[in-house]
Amino acid sequence: MDATVTHGSETKVWGGGNEPMGASYGKLMMWFFIVSDALTFSGFLAAYGFSRFKFIETWPLPDEVFTHFPFLHGQNLPMYYVALMTFILIFSSVTMVLAVDAGHQMKQRKVAFYMLLTIIGGLIFVGSQAWEWKNFIKGEYGAVETKGGSLLQFVKEGPDHKIERVKLEDFVVQLPEERQELTRSRGMWFMKEQETLPTYSVAEVQAAFKAHPELLVRTERIYQGTKEDVANTKLQAGVNKVKHKEVLTREASLEMVGNAHMVVEGANLWRNEYGSKLFADFFFFITGFHGFHVFSGVIINIIIFLNVLLGTYEKRRSYEMVEKVGLYWHFVDLVWVFVFTFFYLV
Amino acid sequence: MSHDSHEHVSNLGRIWKVFGILSVITTVEVALGIVKPDALHMHTLLGMNLLNWIFIILTIVKAYYIVWAFMHMEGEKASLRWSVVATVIFLILYLIFILLVEGDYIYGVFANSTIKWNF
Repeated sequence: MDATVTHGSETKVWGGGNEPMGASYGKLMMWFFIVSDALTFSGFLAAYGFSRFKFIETWPLPDEVFTHFPFLHGQNLPMYYVALMTFILIFSSVTMVLAVDAGHQMKQRKVAFYMLLTIIGGLIFVGSQAWEWKNFIKGEYGAVETKGGSLLQFVKEGPDHKIERVKLEDFVVQLPEERQELTRSRGMWFMKEQETLPTYSVAEVQAAFKAHPELLVRTERIYQGTKEDVANTKLQAGVNKVKHKEVLTREASLEMVGNAHMVVEGANLWRNEYGSKLFADFFFFITGFHGFHVFSGVIINIIIFLNVLLGTYEKRRSYEMVEKVGLYWHFVDLVWVFVFTFFYLV
Repeated sequence: MSHDSHEHVSNLGRIWKVFGILSVITTVEVALGIVKPDALHMHTLLGMNLLNWIFIILTIVKAYYIVWAFMHMEGEKASLRWSVVATVIFLILYLIFILLVEGDYIYGVFANSTIKWNF
């Protein structure tokens, strides 16, 4: 540790003494903030792990959920888009260090240029996340929920016993029946609906399922390949694979569909077509909280960027402010590295 | 050894090298996540499959490079470095241990008792 006696410059002394741990006041406070924020995110991710372990047999498989890429419709592209988002964020981190580095050399124009690149990278990332949310909320295949609260997805057996997902819109037909969404003028005074009406009613899905003998039901449960699983006569023979969702026989499927009480399309905070109800909650909370951090980071970066342009730090003869927002920005990148692993990979 | 954090030496070479490392690791992670090789995905070590072990270890390597190189932890004093890193690592390990053990226990209750989800 340094000696307690201070010589020379007053700027290196805090109110009551020397710089603790050799860091300026602002930088040390930024580290305090980062430690506490890191624990908040850890709390979220650990809670996600808790719920996942609790429902380990029925948790959705992420590479089946996130399969979209801009301008490539209808193709199954697991994880390419999140990978791209990760690269964008890492690269914006690189431009941020380059800005800090240029700041050490007191090169105002270079700092401004790299700050601008960082801001653009951050905006692209937030935009990508919005697009990801849109796809997640809209959903693709649709599903039904049973009276017991478990989720049924529809599949058919393709060539080579390969299981293919089937969209509701591909087999369900709307029947002429009276379905009225409740509004203030139509019964909402005494009755309330929690969500908007799905495209199809339960009766329509059930009728269409009966009419298409090739269709099967896929449950939330992940096939383990244990003795009980192999002996289970309710599972379709020859198609179930270890670590994939279980597919039922036609008879068992019909029985399960008979228990349906709700059609689920896309995702909201109550239910989602991907599986466990908690999955969408965690998705919205964790990526949302992270996205909010990126958004705040972009705003803070813009403020610092304007200050660089105005020459504030040039007058101060120190670009330490750029270093401090840099710490925050790298932290946001760091969190994303973990969110990426635990939400999309593991 | 800790350096004076105010020295005006350019780190460009180091920055681009770290960017290269982070990109390569991310590419490997995504490739493994898409292919999911059975040799890794179906084999379990200490209650977790090898693929997940690889993902988690690679993530920690990435975190190390971000904190040490980008956040310039390698240039801070050891006291600052470890009061931040050791605190966070200890608390996170503690939290994860408690929550995952508890989650696994509740899974056991659902699986082995009369509570049924499958109807």
